[in-house]
Amino acid sequence: MRRRDVPGCGQVSGFTAADFAESLHRVAETLAAHRDELCRLDGVVGDGDHGLAMADGFAAAAKAASEAAGGTLAGVGNAAAKALLNAVGASSGPLYATALMHAAKAAGPRAAMPLAETPALIAAMAQGIVTRGKAAQGERTMVDAWAPAAAAAPQGYAAMRAAAAAGAEATKAMIATKGRTSRLGERALGHIDPGAASAVLVIEALTRHWESL
Amino acid sequence: MSEHLTQKLINAGADVVDEMLEGVIAAHGDKLHRPSPRSVVARHGPRSGKVALVIGGGSGHEPSFLGFVGKGLADAAAIGNVFAAPPPQPAIDAAVTVNGGAGVLFIYGNYAGDVMNFDMASEMLSLDGVEARTVLTTDDIASAPRSERERRRGVAGNVFVFKAAGAAADRMAPLAEVERIARHANARTYTLGVALSACSLPQTRRPNFEILPGEMEIGMGIHGEPGMRRETLRPADAVVDEIMDAIFFEMDAKPGDSVAVLVNSLGATPLMELYILHRRVAQRVAAAGLKLHSSLVGNYCTSLEMAGASITLMHLDDELQALLEHPCDGAMFQVAGK
Repeated sequence: MRRRDVPGCGQVSGFTAADFAESLHRVAETLAAHRDELCRLDGVVGDGDHGLAMADGFAAAAKAASEAAGGTLAGVGNAAAKALLNAVGASSGPLYATALMHAAKAAGPRAAMPLAETPALIAAMAQGIVTRGKAAQGERTMVDAWAPAAAAAPQGYAAMRAAAAAGAEATKAMIATKGRTSRLGERALGHIDPGAASAVLVIEALTRHWESL
Repeated sequence: MSEHLTQKLINAGADVVDEMLEGVIAAHGDKLHRPSPRSVVARHGPRSGKVALVIGGGSGHEPSFLGFVGKGLADAAAIGNVFAAPPPQPAIDAAVTVNGGAGVLFIYGNYAGDVMNFDMASEMLSLDGVEARTVLTTDDIASAPRSERERRRGVAGNVFVFKAAGAAADRMAPLAEVERIARHANARTYTLGVALSACSLPQTRRPNFEILPGEMEIGMGIHGEPGMRRETLRPADAVVDEIMDAIFFEMDAKPGDSVAVLVNSLGATPLMELYILHRRVAQRVAAAGLKLHSSLVGNYCTSLEMAGASITLMHLDDELQALLEHPCDGAMFQVAGK
C-alpha cells in the first residue's frame, strides 16, 4: 500500500478522501464520454434523457467531492450525493444520491480506509439503490447490474465488473415492472436497460480507479 | 435514426430551462415570482389558512406545469430539467414559500422519478413539521390496463385535476377534502394521444425516436415513451373515433351525463388540426347522448416539438362541474367568474 501526504491530515495511507473524490471524477469522465450513447439507448425504450442525467449528475457530484476532499470519506460521499440530487432530479438523482449516502456511511467519518475495503462501497451503493427504488433483481432496472456486482465483491474488482456486465446484458431478456420502461412490456425485449448500462459504466470506472491505486 | 441536428431557437442547450424561466417571469411577473431558481410561485392565491397546492414535473411540457400556477389553481410549481423530475429542493422551496399552515398537497404525474423526488421532499418537509400529502395523476389510458389504473402515467388530463383541486383549495377546503377532490377528479379523467413525429431534447438535438412517413403511434407518452401500437396514419375523424371508442369504453357514462373536453397539441400540431379533431369529438359526445360542458383546445401539455395530439375527457358530476366553473387566473390558463 502506498503512502502519501494529504494536506492537513499528515501521512494518510490507504484509500483517502481525495482518492474517493478522484474516483467520482473518473465516473464523471466515463459518463460524459458515453452521454449520447446512453441517450440513444434510452430513446429506444424511454424518453432519451438518461445520458444527460447521469453525465450532469456525476459532473456535479465530482465537483462537490473535490471541494470536500480535504475532509473525511463520509464527507466526500455526502457532499457528492447532495450535489448529484440537486443537479438532476429525474430517477437517477434520488437513486445515485442514496447510493452515495450509503457509500458515505460505509466509508465512515475517517480520512482514509484500507484499499481492501473498497469493494464494500459497491455493496453499500447497491443497497442504497435497492432501498430507494424498491426494485429487486430481474425487474429490468439498474439493480440488475448493481446487485450481481455487490454479490461479487468478495471476489475482487474484475469479478465485480464481469458480474455487472453480465447482469446488464441479461436485461435484454427481461420485461420491466418498474420505472418508465414498465409501460413497454414486451416491446423492450432485446434492448439493454439504459439504467443497467450506465450502472456498468459507473462500476467499471470506480473499480478501474481502485485497481490503479 | 436521423443524424442531422434539429433546429431550435435556443442559446446553449444546458441553459434552456433557466432562460425559459427568466422569460416567464419577465412576461408574467404580475402573476408569478421565482423564490428559488427552480420554483415558481403565484403572487395572488397563497394565503394563511389555505391548503398549499404544489405541482411540478420536468420541463418541455409547457404550459405544464408553471402555466397552471395562479389564483384558483396551483400555488406553486417545482421545475425539473427537460423531461426530468425536479429534485426535492425546488419542491421544498415551493412548499415552504406557499405554506399557509393548512398543509401542502403535491399533485403530479405518476412517473418513477417524480415519485422518488417528491417523496424525498415530503420526508424532509415532515422533519420541519410541515404536513405534505400526495396525489398522483394517472389519466393516460394507454400506459397500463384498466385493472392497473394506479400504474398509469399522468398526461394532459392533469390540467383538470389541478383545476378542480385548485378551486377546492381556493374555497378554503381542508387538506383531506382537497386531497379527496384531487383523487376524485383524477379517477374521472381519461386521456389518449397520438404521435405523428418525434421530439428532440435541446441538449442533444436529435430525434429521440422515429416515426416513419405515413405512420402514427397511438398512446405514445409525453416523453416519447413507446405507445400501444403503430398504425397507418388515417384521416382525423378515424383517429378521433379510435380514441373516443377507447375513452368511452373506460368512462362508462350514461346518456345525459356531462363531460369536459381537452384537445391538446403535443407541440407542433396547429390549432387548425386541433379544431378539426374537436369537431369530431363534439359529434361523438353528442351521439353518445352526453352534454359537452366545456372545451379546452390548444397547448396544455406538450412534448417539446412533437407532432400529434391528445384527447382528454373528464366525466363530470355536480361537484366537479362547479369546481371547473370556479374562477382562476393562471399565467397561461384563466376561467372568468360568472
